[in-house]
Amino acid sequence: MTIDQLIGAGVLAATLRLATPILLAALGGVVSERAGVVNIALEGCMLVGAFFGVVAADQSHSVVVALVAAMAVGAGLAAIHAVAAIHLRSDQIVSGMALNILALGLTSYLDYQFYGTTGTPSDLAGVPDIEIAPLAAVPFVGDVIAHQNAIVWAGLALVVLIQVFLFRTVPGLRLRAVGEHPRAAETVGIAVRQTRYWAVIASGMLAALGGAYLSLSVAHSFTDGMTGGRGFIGLAAMIFGRWTPVGALVASLIFGYGTALSFSLQGASIGDVRVPVQLLSTLPYVLTILAVAGFVGRSRPPAADGIPYETEGHA
Amino acid sequence: MIGARPERARTTGATAVGTERVPLLEMRGIRKRFGDLQALDGVDLVVNEGEIHALVGENGAGKTTLMNVLYGLYHPDSGTIRYRERDVRITGPRDAIALGIGMIHQHFMLVPPLTVAENVVLGDERGGPVLDDRAIEERVRGLEERFAIAVEPGARVEDIPLGLQQRVEILKVLYRGSELLIFDEPTAVLTPQEVDELFAIVRTLREEGKTLILITHKLREVMAVTDRITVLRGGRNAGELVTKQTTPAEIARAMVGREMKQLKARATPPRTEVILDVRGLEALSDRGSPALRGIDFEIRSGEILGIAGVGGNGQSELAQCLLGLRKVAAGTIRIGGIDISRDDPKRTRARGVAYVPEDRRIEGLVLAFTVADDFILGKQDRPPYAANGIVLDPAAILKAGGRLAVEYDVRPPNPRAIVANLSGGNQQKVVLGRELSERPKLIVVSQPTRGLDIAATEYVHERLLEQRGQGAAILLVSSELDEIRALSDRIAVMFEGRIVAVLDAASATEERLGLLMAGHTEAAA
Repeated sequence: MTIDQLIGAGVLAATLRLATPILLAALGGVVSERAGVVNIALEGCMLVGAFFGVVAADQSHSVVVALVAAMAVGAGLAAIHAVAAIHLRSDQIVSGMALNILALGLTSYLDYQFYGTTGTPSDLAGVPDIEIAPLAAVPFVGDVIAHQNAIVWAGLALVVLIQVFLFRTVPGLRLRAVGEHPRAAETVGIAVRQTRYWAVIASGMLAALGGAYLSLSVAHSFTDGMTGGRGFIGLAAMIFGRWTPVGALVASLIFGYGTALSFSLQGASIGDVRVPVQLLSTLPYVLTILAVAGFVGRSRPPAADGIPYETEGHA
Repeated sequence: MIGARPERARTTGATAVGTERVPLLEMRGIRKRFGDLQALDGVDLVVNEGEIHALVGENGAGKTTLMNVLYGLYHPDSGTIRYRERDVRITGPRDAIALGIGMIHQHFMLVPPLTVAENVVLGDERGGPVLDDRAIEERVRGLEERFAIAVEPGARVEDIPLGLQQRVEILKVLYRGSELLIFDEPTAVLTPQEVDELFAIVRTLREEGKTLILITHKLREVMAVTDRITVLRGGRNAGELVTKQTTPAEIARAMVGREMKQLKARATPPRTEVILDVRGLEALSDRGSPALRGIDFEIRSGEILGIAGVGGNGQSELAQCLLGLRKVAAGTIRIGGIDISRDDPKRTRARGVAYVPEDRRIEGLVLAFTVADDFILGKQDRPPYAANGIVLDPAAILKAGGRLAVEYDVRPPNPRAIVANLSGGNQQKVVLGRELSERPKLIVVSQPTRGLDIAATEYVHERLLEQRGQGAAILLVSSELDEIRALSDRIAVMFEGRIVAVLDAASATEERLGLLMAGHTEAAA
């Protein structure tokens, strides 16, 4: 085992790549839960984003169209969750889980219908990397960030944007108020349900972008269930990051690093002992369990998170 | 609800005052129905500009419903609202705010993690989409200076006491330029000193030309601060009075529809036998911080010890420790000489300890159960309810339920009724029936009349005094100072996890208790 295998530029570059889909799902979770809706359908939103991104790329040969389509479908799936959670006041976990199963079945079925057994076309329009020429020559730093995918940068930009939106703008203040104390928000004239609808739909778009990243930036194809639980890990990153975008970024990087390590340490050994890579690759999932079980600090969710809002007098 | 409608206690003085001023608000014939409940049955409310108007009535009389109609949170089934001599339709809080109507809610409508200033401006932030903390704090500070209301604008609401949180609520309403301010039970959570401060603010607001509606059932406050009074009973008008020309007894009669009973004087002094002896009791709160920091007291047979204190100073934890519901960190709790501080609730109860918890809906009852089933909770493994300790005997449970329902005046006296469908007073009677029917030695009672109407409150008090007369020792935790002073033989004041003073009921004036509750030990001693 070498230092390079632990913290080399290759590992760190991979960390960024691997953290991005988790980060986008986590940001979706932050936006939705800050407004008071638990959206575990993020996993499903990612999956439909991955699939329909591929379909749209295949049909249009345009990356922009593909990404827009992916996010639109993600928004649509999230909108179903929003109707169930906000309008029908159903159990948000049950609704989210049902949509995840729907997304899995639907993408699997349509994948077979569209592409049969041959798989998705190999000439898909992929999301390009952004080459930062001046940095490319800089040792280490250049190797880490000079050749990252456009969506990686988009994810980092969204962290800043959403952080500023939530904590430094008026709509962000209102969104947080809705997630903490919806009745208080309503009594000062804030439209609680409308705010929640937009937040859930935005969360679906963010997660779908994460899914499109997997299919159009990384794999350049779609395979059944290719999101592999990253939507859930994203939710863990959200909790880990205490429902803030910056915190979600840090948590996503930790999860990404865990996965990157498990790749880079393939076949490595300490002395005569082989590093148990299989065990190492469970690291993100173990961290997820710890985060969700509340072992990592005391993080407090928004007070009205997951509680349907009932307008008084309509009971 | 209330069937017969006694004569109205309408005075002629009301109209005399009314003609001098223009009515700011006229609500006429307001009706509102929730399912089977006719909450408002044609209520009128006329409020003149620049007055403090009391809206009084028992729980369930329709006060809050009426104000929610005015504030646009409920839509009335019929009736008209005129404001500044114009017919208005209020479909939501936004409309009410636009008209200049503001509400200071009983359960504060504040977002705890946000700052004072953020809470004040929320929903009406002004100055573009970017949130400028400094600018809004300045604006709030200006407002505070104008109305002489002091709160640190940059503090987080979750970090400040309830009395200050209420000021934030008032500032919120003033910030929106409200002319008519509705205060919904504003003193429920305040210490006596905070109440005085609130009333000073209320008077300042009137001097500034604001009109105020004060919803309350505390007659002393009505007499102290208001100009006119509208009484509601059972969703209807039961009187319009001028404060200067009426008496608390007259208001109470209008509220209840009959004369109030006087509590019987405590005839017998407590006996000598010590039932409960607590020494050096310490315990942690749910958050892990010290909640009880060395509590010593004793209660004798036939004695009621009242625990006064602002909520959150360890009263709930003390009650829980006595029942074995909370881990005792140090100290002893002796019942008849035997230490029970390590016992679980079942063993504690077997020693003759009964418990009327502070939230009957959460701790006291299984709401989905029948009256009969709730009556036997905790005794379900004993004969006659379960002959062998496992299989329940429904017939015996039903029989006992029917008997207790009659004995404790549960209405309707139907053992098969679902507890969730009973009124608060009748739910509390089910708790009392279960807890008092087996001759307990010690009764721990927490907020026994919270949310109950006057009749149910009287009933609970009578039952507790009856237990006292039979020799039970009673620990009474209550946030209602009047209740504590009326029932207790001695009063212990809790502050920050300690008992800071134990007073004889006779020497416990409200002022003294208030100072002690606020932590001023020397001043009151």
